[in-house]
Amino acid sequence: MTTMPLADRTTAVAARATDLSKIYGQGETQVVALDRVSVDFRQAEFTAIMGPSGSGKSTLMHCVAGLDTFSSGSVRIGDTELGSLKDKQLTKLRRDKIGFIFQAFNLLPTLNALENITLPMDIAGRKPDKEWLDNVIRMVGLSDRLRHRPSQLSGGQQQRVAVARALASRPDIVFGDEPTGNLDSRSGAEVLGFLRNSVRELGQTVVMVTHDPVAAAYADRVVFLADGRIVDEVYGPTAESVLDRMKQFDAKGRTS
Amino acid sequence: MFRTALRNVLAHKARLLMTVLAVMLGVAFVSGTLVFTNTISEAFQKSSAKGFGQVDVAVTAESQDDEGDRIGKTPELTQALLDRSAKVPGAGSVIGVVGGFTAIADKDGKLVGGGFQSQGGNYWGDKDPRYTLKEGTAPRGPGQIALDSETARRAGYQVGDTVRLSIDGPVLSPEITGIFTTDDGNVAAGGSLTLFDTATAQQLFGKTGTYDEIDVKAAAGTSQSALKAALDKALPKDLVETTTGKQLADDQAEAISASTSGLRQGLLVFAGIALFVGTFIIANTFTMLVAQRTKELALLRAVGASRRQVTRSVLIEAFVVGTVAGLTGLIAGVGIGAGMRSLMGSLGATVPDGPLVVSPGTVATALVVGVVITMLAAWLPGRRAAKIAPVAAMSSVHATASTKSLVLRNTIGALLSGAGVAVVLAATTMSGSDGQAPMGIGAALLVIGVFVLTPLLSRPLIAAASPVLRIFGVSGKLARQNSVRNPRRTAATASALMVGLTLITGMTVMAGSLQKSIDKMASTAIKADYVVSMANGNELSPDVEKKLEATDGVALTSPLRNAPARIDGQTEYVTGVTGSAIRELTDLTLDGGSFEVGGTKVVVDDDTATSHGWKAGSDFTVAYEDGEKQRLTVAGVYQGNEMIQGIILDNTALAPHQDDPTDMQVMVKTSGGASDATKDRLEKALGANPAIKVQSKQDLSDEIAQMFTLMLNMLYGLLAMAVIVAVLGVINTLAMSVFERSQEIGMLRAIGLDRRAVKRMVRLESLVIALFGGVLGIGLGVFFGWAAGELIGTSMPTYELVLPWARMAAFLALAAAVGVLAALWPARRAAGLNVLAAIKSE
Repeated sequence: MTTMPLADRTTAVAARATDLSKIYGQGETQVVALDRVSVDFRQAEFTAIMGPSGSGKSTLMHCVAGLDTFSSGSVRIGDTELGSLKDKQLTKLRRDKIGFIFQAFNLLPTLNALENITLPMDIAGRKPDKEWLDNVIRMVGLSDRLRHRPSQLSGGQQQRVAVARALASRPDIVFGDEPTGNLDSRSGAEVLGFLRNSVRELGQTVVMVTHDPVAAAYADRVVFLADGRIVDEVYGPTAESVLDRMKQFDAKGRTS
Repeated sequence: MFRTALRNVLAHKARLLMTVLAVMLGVAFVSGTLVFTNTISEAFQKSSAKGFGQVDVAVTAESQDDEGDRIGKTPELTQALLDRSAKVPGAGSVIGVVGGFTAIADKDGKLVGGGFQSQGGNYWGDKDPRYTLKEGTAPRGPGQIALDSETARRAGYQVGDTVRLSIDGPVLSPEITGIFTTDDGNVAAGGSLTLFDTATAQQLFGKTGTYDEIDVKAAAGTSQSALKAALDKALPKDLVETTTGKQLADDQAEAISASTSGLRQGLLVFAGIALFVGTFIIANTFTMLVAQRTKELALLRAVGASRRQVTRSVLIEAFVVGTVAGLTGLIAGVGIGAGMRSLMGSLGATVPDGPLVVSPGTVATALVVGVVITMLAAWLPGRRAAKIAPVAAMSSVHATASTKSLVLRNTIGALLSGAGVAVVLAATTMSGSDGQAPMGIGAALLVIGVFVLTPLLSRPLIAAASPVLRIFGVSGKLARQNSVRNPRRTAATASALMVGLTLITGMTVMAGSLQKSIDKMASTAIKADYVVSMANGNELSPDVEKKLEATDGVALTSPLRNAPARIDGQTEYVTGVTGSAIRELTDLTLDGGSFEVGGTKVVVDDDTATSHGWKAGSDFTVAYEDGEKQRLTVAGVYQGNEMIQGIILDNTALAPHQDDPTDMQVMVKTSGGASDATKDRLEKALGANPAIKVQSKQDLSDEIAQMFTLMLNMLYGLLAMAVIVAVLGVINTLAMSVFERSQEIGMLRAIGLDRRAVKRMVRLESLVIALFGGVLGIGLGVFFGWAAGELIGTSMPTYELVLPWARMAAFLALAAAVGVLAALWPARRAAGLNVLAAIKSE
């Protein structure tokens, strides 16, 4: 089971994919979205997944986050193997162990900012941890806007609400799907800053899919995917190093 | 533009389906009604035309008008007149017709048919051309009858059987000697016909030696009009009237179409209600479609489409939807028409055979109704679509719900509702008939006002439900917020249900109150243990009272005997009773004087006293039907009611002036009080006559209750259509809401709301909307029921509002059931959404 290469860090693993494959269709029309991918996401680490369009980066995230089914292999969140879970158990797992940040903010327009933030706990019927919640809200700088409806907030503010929502329930791991995709660069930088802070200061684990080298530079580690396989990994990335790496894909794509 | 519109219809098939269904149901109801009424009308007309085949000219007595102190007489059609008719030049054969009510019992002693269409008649001579004997021989003498084949089949009678029948009280047990078929319209309509020989019929129907009608058949070569002219010349003009067979058939056809058009109008009212409810749904659907397509429509505007073109594209869409709905509704309507006919058949009402009539008018009506209603309802959404600014095409976000201020709408709604309430309240202070029109106008204003106000009302009313919804956790909270998210949409959906429930509740409140008050009237005014009457409301022979009087355990009896009389140059019906007994048999409240009936002393109800200006002690002159006059004294004035009213006098005073007295009812007081044994004894004393009802006060109450239950059930059945349409509306709104919010639902699923909770959320939203409509409808219904009762109360002293709490609870439960039922499919759709696809959609 543990045949995958472990980095020289000893922290525990928050989520792990082993020989993960996802195949659409059959025979001639078969498309391999993920081809025996094995990857670990360690606790208190900020990982960015990058790759050109169609590389399978979103699929990987969806499978690891329990949003999508996979064809073979294994995915574990903490000690839980996702492959054997029914929809109901998967839903509960997402509710209790995972936080999500989406590209399109995805807030409920009928709820105010605070209610949106505590929604996952409302669903679970849990009381939020007051101190933690205050911490998170202070961190994202929303203290004076908690009673506002999403329609009264700017895009950046809405995504900050989404970040707070993902963090508020203290999930084991937070997944972001192009969280800055719909934001201007300043708002995007803010959101990424919060995510990095949550990892540094709160010990949160964050996995983010992005195509933006500047965003990826906020991560501790960047995993590169191409054609459904992991092709590279960079620790301590900078925007330039990521961009360089990405250019190789482009060059390869053009020559192949 | 047309192609764009058509593409849109096809693209939104699923969402337009409910709209088509809603319009279709209404259209189906309309065309079903038309097909059904046309079909039975034509079938009855054909069969009645056949029934007049044997008559070229009918001679009937010409009754004279009441005049001065004289009650107009109906001259007798004697044998001499018949003989004279037969000798008129051009006359062929002649038939003397005698008939009347004849109740016939089946083998269990129960009345065959309802009693209203139980007819008796005479078999003319050796071979009556009106009837074809299928089996046996024509009846001869008092011990024999012939029976129509349909009744014989229904009751299981054969030639040789002895049957029990009754005409005005006494039971006869003749033998069936013949079974016949006939074109008689009454038999074709499911009535029974019993034939006696002519002399027996004359004697039984109290017309010894005379006829009701003389039917003359023309000799070969003589036309109906020539025969009529000849008869007019030969017969005394002031005594008889002659009518050609063709005229009779035409008159009957007209009467039939008049009676079916009454039925048609009644049914169309309910079809109209269903269509009215349908318009809410159409308007809602198109509003939602336009909102969802904001970007698309804005793009059309941006590339140069004019406002008019945008509106037109929406209307073309409505036209296509309306046409489809009209056509399918027509087809369904033909099915409903056929179904109604066989339903009536299975309920015991025989409808003559005939082809299903789908007239061009029906087809046109169905299509026009479908198209016009749909386009009218889509008009406002179409105009709204035209107002979309071209720049909306550039905005990235989904069009948010119209947040246009509701201030204007609320003001208009408040004004309309206020005016409606005021007019209704004003109407309740008017007297009966004067108040009807204002009440109707006020009710219409109020319903429209409340409809306009529903968006405003939705917030507080739905907020009131939030403590209950909180039990359901986050699903309940989200459901509540979703239901007030678009107040207009919620309002239109709930209003559709409101209309049906308002009518249902209003009818129930009125019927319940009326039933109670009539019941009270019957029970408080009567002290008698039993009331004996004829099943069909016909009159009883005075023998019935004599037999009852002689029965063991009977203490007192009195008939209620109606007789026409002339008082102050007007015809009044006086009621003859046994003066010595009536005080013990009735319990009437006296306004003045004493309750004394005997000799020339009479009692008079308050209305009659007022109209003649009488008080206790007044004298007046009455002229009886035989022309004799008598001076009577008003001993007392009592409060009349539906059962007992008018001038009550002693039979000893009335009897000498009547040659053939008959009783409406006989009241009986027994020494032991009402009991099953007593009732049994009374029925036995009357020969267990199937045509006579012996009813205790309880039986009377039960009968009244049964009548009201039947009426209410029919109304419920007809209004069910409006509720079904409302269900479609709720389904449609929810389905569209689920579609619009699929991204949200996807997000909720992603962050951990499980399928059950998603389903629950949609179901609760549906429940909230349905209960909102239900509460409004029941509230309005109670108000209208109360207001209508105030009007009725002016002419009915015992009227009292009865609130049917159990029923109202049932209606609320019905509304809840509508909500749950309507949410089945949308909830399943919401729960089945693919999470990833839903999040990414946009």
